Amino acid sequence: MPMGVASTAPSIDLDAPTPGQDGPRLRLRGGWTLQYALAVRDLLLEAPPQPSGVDVRQVERLDSAGVLQLHHYARHNGLDFESFEFRPDHHAMVAAIEDVADERPKKKRELGFAAALGRLGFAVVDNAKETVALVSFLGENIVKAERMLREPRRFRLTATVFHMEQVGLDAVPLIALLAYLVGAVIAFLGASILADFGATIYVVELVSIAFLREFGVLLTAIVLAGRTASAFTAQIGAMVSREEVDAIRTLGLDPIDLLVLPRLVALLVTLPLLTFIAMVAGLLGGMSVGAFSLDIPPQAYLARMQATMELRHFLVGMSKAPIFALIIGLIGCLEGLQVEGTAQSVGERTTSSVVQAISLVIVLDAIAAIWFMHMGW
Amino acid sequence: MPKDATTIDDEPIIRVRGLVNRFGEQVVHDGVDLDVRAGEILGVVGGSGTGKSVLMRSILGLRTPDAGEIEVLGVDARSQAPDDRLHIERNTGVLFQDGALFSSLTVGENVQVPLKEHHAELLDSMRYELALLKVKLAGLPADALDKLPSQLSGGMRKRAGLARALALDPPLLFLDEPTAGLDPIGAAAFDHLTRTLQQALGLTVFLITHDLDTLYAICDRVAVLADRKVIAVAPVAELERLDHPWVQAYFNGPRGRAARVSGGHEAPGRIGLAGDPSIQGS
Repeated sequence: MPMGVASTAPSIDLDAPTPGQDGPRLRLRGGWTLQYALAVRDLLLEAPPQPSGVDVRQVERLDSAGVLQLHHYARHNGLDFESFEFRPDHHAMVAAIEDVADERPKKKRELGFAAALGRLGFAVVDNAKETVALVSFLGENIVKAERMLREPRRFRLTATVFHMEQVGLDAVPLIALLAYLVGAVIAFLGASILADFGATIYVVELVSIAFLREFGVLLTAIVLAGRTASAFTAQIGAMVSREEVDAIRTLGLDPIDLLVLPRLVALLVTLPLLTFIAMVAGLLGGMSVGAFSLDIPPQAYLARMQATMELRHFLVGMSKAPIFALIIGLIGCLEGLQVEGTAQSVGERTTSSVVQAISLVIVLDAIAAIWFMHMGW
Repeated sequence: MPKDATTIDDEPIIRVRGLVNRFGEQVVHDGVDLDVRAGEILGVVGGSGTGKSVLMRSILGLRTPDAGEIEVLGVDARSQAPDDRLHIERNTGVLFQDGALFSSLTVGENVQVPLKEHHAELLDSMRYELALLKVKLAGLPADALDKLPSQLSGGMRKRAGLARALALDPPLLFLDEPTAGLDPIGAAAFDHLTRTLQQALGLTVFLITHDLDTLYAICDRVAVLADRKVIAVAPVAELERLDHPWVQAYFNGPRGRAARVSGGHEAPGRIGLAGDPSIQGS
């Protein structure tokens, strides 16, 4: 049987008053512990307010929660706590426990229009600060990158290759699969409408243009924003919280050189390559749907593609890859460097970096689409 | 036979028999036997890598040992039965090395976590008062309640961790290197606090330490982990005469001699280095 099992419920016996005084004597019994805290509270609320004595010597168990409630009882009724009689083996504990009270001011929750406006204002200011921080971080990186070009020994080849593997090579299966599936979905989607016009063959143009111009690079960037920006933030953030980044600084090294530039270079190299893989996989997805359910044999599909595609679509798509790489890398690293020591901060920054990276990628892609359309490219 | 944990009798409150812990090829414990008696402060010492923390984690059920029996407060520590786990959780308090406070919660909220989990019926104000009481018992000022762990110094974090460990008034307290990383004054004060609370609340304390001052100042008995076993359990004054190379190097090195002098346990026939008495607790 376990030790320390529950004692009996607390109770109060009323004894005859101490001679010469009014009010009964309270004799406490049972367990006056945390386990029975509510029962103890109710007992003491109902207990006579002016006893002539309180005898705690016959309780089975007593702990700090019980003593605290006895303090409250004494304070409420203006009794002298010192006159309570305790068992000798409880004396040390009783002496150690002081009377404390919940004296918190009532919490005021700010509601209403003014408070909402205030929160909106703070959010705007915070966002403005984040934007400034991101732009100045970009500037810092450009300066450091230029210095690295003049002093090539600063370049960390091993770290860069390591990140290329993690960011690029390891992401190939995931990106190829996702792009293939999205390619297939677009083909189905297009076919279901184009078939009504007997123009099913236009599925080829639809899939090709969509993937070369938009979806290849966008899918890759979104996957990497989720997969890589978060990893960068968590890696660097953990290093910040363990003071590794401070150690880097005190050793006369530059965290930008050491941590940020290798990651940025790795992304700048691998994101375009991954984009190319995503384009090919997406086209294959379209071709598979054509072959298996739209009666467009692969030869016909390829011939149609060759006849209708222009190089400019590919170039438009590819031109966005380095920009997205820069955004993902900068946000991931910057958020990591802004971590403030706690586990919660690492979590918040990681979330923030993924959200920022994905949103910024989509916003820039939209702006780019408008720009390219107006330029007629 | 139900036992009240507060009664002091001969039955040990923790009983470890033939404990074996292996990590792959590496054997950390090979037949560890240990009794912790109710109402004592048992110090556990041993070189780095001798498995002091592993022993504590085994007793707490955080790690399933490879062999052996562990009985804590009358139940099998390896048991996964919810009732047994609850019994152990409610009746033990643990202070991890750096406090292990939840960094997203204030100190007060940290102390209230076990109260909320195990005594959800408590009123909000009662929970708050108990938290305040425990924080004060641990020697922190009342305004520490609203601070985040990151705003506290190392010593204050340990005190806050101790307050959380004491939240449920557990009869059994585990301290993992409580004075590591504290300055000598803070360490002596923490030792003093441990002893005071142990006496006031009638605690049984399982104390892992490297700190010789702690051993001399507050430990009733000391268990030495070496050669994958507990090689001795004895009051520190007896232990320092034990003929074992690690024990000799530990207690009779320069730090051991200094701690012995200041701890008032000068072994006959040896001249110790004088410690500064002003920095020694109790």
